Amino acid sequence: MSVIQRVVKPTTRKGKKVLLSREPQVIEGPKRTLFLQGRKASVKVRNLLNDLYDIKKPDARKLSKKNDITIFENVVPLEELCRKNETPLFVFGSHNKKRPDNIVFGRMYDYSLLDMIELGIESYNGFHEFSNSKISLGTKPCLIFSGPEWEQTDELKHLKSIFVDMFHREYVENVRLQGLEHVISFTFADGKILLRSYKVLLKKSGCSTPRIELDEIGPRIDFAIRRNKLPSEDLMKEASRKPKELKKTVKKNIIVDGLGTTHGRIHIGKQNVGKLQTRKMKGLKKTTQEKTLDKLRKRKSMDSEDHEIRKKIKRTDFY
Amino acid sequence: MDLIADILENRLQEQAKFKPITVEKHLELDYDLGTLLCVDKNELDSGLLSKNKEDYVQNLTRDNVQLLMNQIWSLPTEKVDDVVVVKLPKPTYILPRAKRVPKPKPPTKWQEYAKLKGIQKKKKSKLSWDEQLQKWLPLYGFKRAQAARDKDWLLEVPQNADPLEDQFAKKFEVKSERVAKNELQRLRNIAKSKNVKVPRMGLLNPDVSSAKDLQTAVTVTKSSTASIGKFQSSLPKEKEARGVAAITPGASRKRKAAPVSSEVEKTESLNAIDYVLNKKPKIDIEKAVNRRINEEQQRRSEENTSMSTSRKPKAGRKGRKCNSSSSSKKPKSGKGQRKGGSSGRKRR
Repeated sequence: MSVIQRVVKPTTRKGKKVLLSREPQVIEGPKRTLFLQGRKASVKVRNLLNDLYDIKKPDARKLSKKNDITIFENVVPLEELCRKNETPLFVFGSHNKKRPDNIVFGRMYDYSLLDMIELGIESYNGFHEFSNSKISLGTKPCLIFSGPEWEQTDELKHLKSIFVDMFHREYVENVRLQGLEHVISFTFADGKILLRSYKVLLKKSGCSTPRIELDEIGPRIDFAIRRNKLPSEDLMKEASRKPKELKKTVKKNIIVDGLGTTHGRIHIGKQNVGKLQTRKMKGLKKTTQEKTLDKLRKRKSMDSEDHEIRKKIKRTDFY
Repeated sequence: MDLIADILENRLQEQAKFKPITVEKHLELDYDLGTLLCVDKNELDSGLLSKNKEDYVQNLTRDNVQLLMNQIWSLPTEKVDDVVVVKLPKPTYILPRAKRVPKPKPPTKWQEYAKLKGIQKKKKSKLSWDEQLQKWLPLYGFKRAQAARDKDWLLEVPQNADPLEDQFAKKFEVKSERVAKNELQRLRNIAKSKNVKVPRMGLLNPDVSSAKDLQTAVTVTKSSTASIGKFQSSLPKEKEARGVAAITPGASRKRKAAPVSSEVEKTESLNAIDYVLNKKPKIDIEKAVNRRINEEQQRRSEENTSMSTSRKPKAGRKGRKCNSSSSSKKPKSGKGQRKGGSSGRKRR
């Protein structure tokens, strides 16, 4: 007999609300990101974490203290931190002799690790090194992936998925056209990942679609790929399952035409024409002779059935 | 004519400065307008990339963004509060969820019962008018306890009741009992939904318990000591409750033997008798021989000792008796067998 889990009722209304908000939802809000550093972090790594935190800002949490954890050896403390801060995404920065300027991008599913990929910073220019005008906080960026390799290896596919998950912010229905002002581009070239961030300038072109000019706002980072931990196919499938409620069920045989009237199609079984009641007429009535004949025929058929049954019984007796 | 040619030339020069809206790509790009995502699968130009990386990447991105914007601008637009807003389609790029898909909560015991009986929840208003106090009283929550105190400041002692009994204390106790019962049912529902086996409770309510309940309670309480009821004395002819053993650690599990037919009993007892009567003494030859040899050896040694007491031991043969097979050389290192495994230093 296992020990029963202690089930504590929330004492305050606010506490109840918090607990309810932590329960799994059918439609999830934007994923929050946790930024944290390991035992040691170089200036480069810290600046990069700050810059990424600025890009992610309302949906992010930054831990300022150092953490004595090595996530590729033991991921449990990180999972605990992510559970505590309610952050399914994380960016972990560290620096040591073997892996200098190290950054790990990863995400959680159901408070346990889904996948993570370790990247090394090859070169880095921060936000503040670009003197151009900045973008407003919380804009939904356009994400551009260039290079054929993004679709070729498993690792890069996952990295792309992680990047999209981290930077796409949230699903929106409507977007202000003037608000499309930020572009993050990921280019895979010579085994390196080039992360660039631009401001979009919409210029007049003479037609309705504007001409695009870009203005780099930073950060400008070149990453090299290091270790990774990818999920099994089953886990990934389970994680990207769509809830039943959101699945569209197509209703058959209902059509709405251009005018907005609905048409339905109904299927009915085959009609038995032989039993159709037609108009009764005296001339078609059965005579008494015919009736007796019918009765006799019926009895005969019954008798023959009886006979067969008797035969069967006899056979079974014999055995 | 010169003027027109000039204007046209100027126009061409101006256009050459800027990049066009249309971009030509070898392969079509993949768009996901819902997430504002664009994937360019075209090969990069390695020559240009090595020559001037930043410019090349910026130009490439510009072209891709231009293509993405062309797509977005072709979507239907709306005007909301003097701002042109574009309606994005549903995203097609699938991202994993943060948490599991929520499961429907399993119904409580009451909900199951209510569904079976077709009982539907009635909505009660939170406030109700009280004639006695001439006030709106809340059904629960804020100011509810005060209202109850105001209303029942005096309690009637019922007939046939002990006049010295504190009716307020009694009322309080009844209520706390109700609350406890509710909590118990809540926990039981949770345990049921999580498929946890719960140990049998002692006595729930002494007023409405049957003899069977009491017996279970006695059995459970007796086994609720630190030594699971091993040192608890029992009354003469005391019986243990039935059906408790599976969930109470202390309770003994008695199993009745199946009834035996007379024939089987007869054959079994006959077999037993035969087995006893047909027993033969066993002779272990080896043991007997050994015993015999031992006796003879003892006798011989006795004879020897009686002979040797008359003789003196030899003086010269005093030294050590070394085992001839063992050599006197020191063992040398590096000649033994290794324990296996990988050779060399352990590298990390």
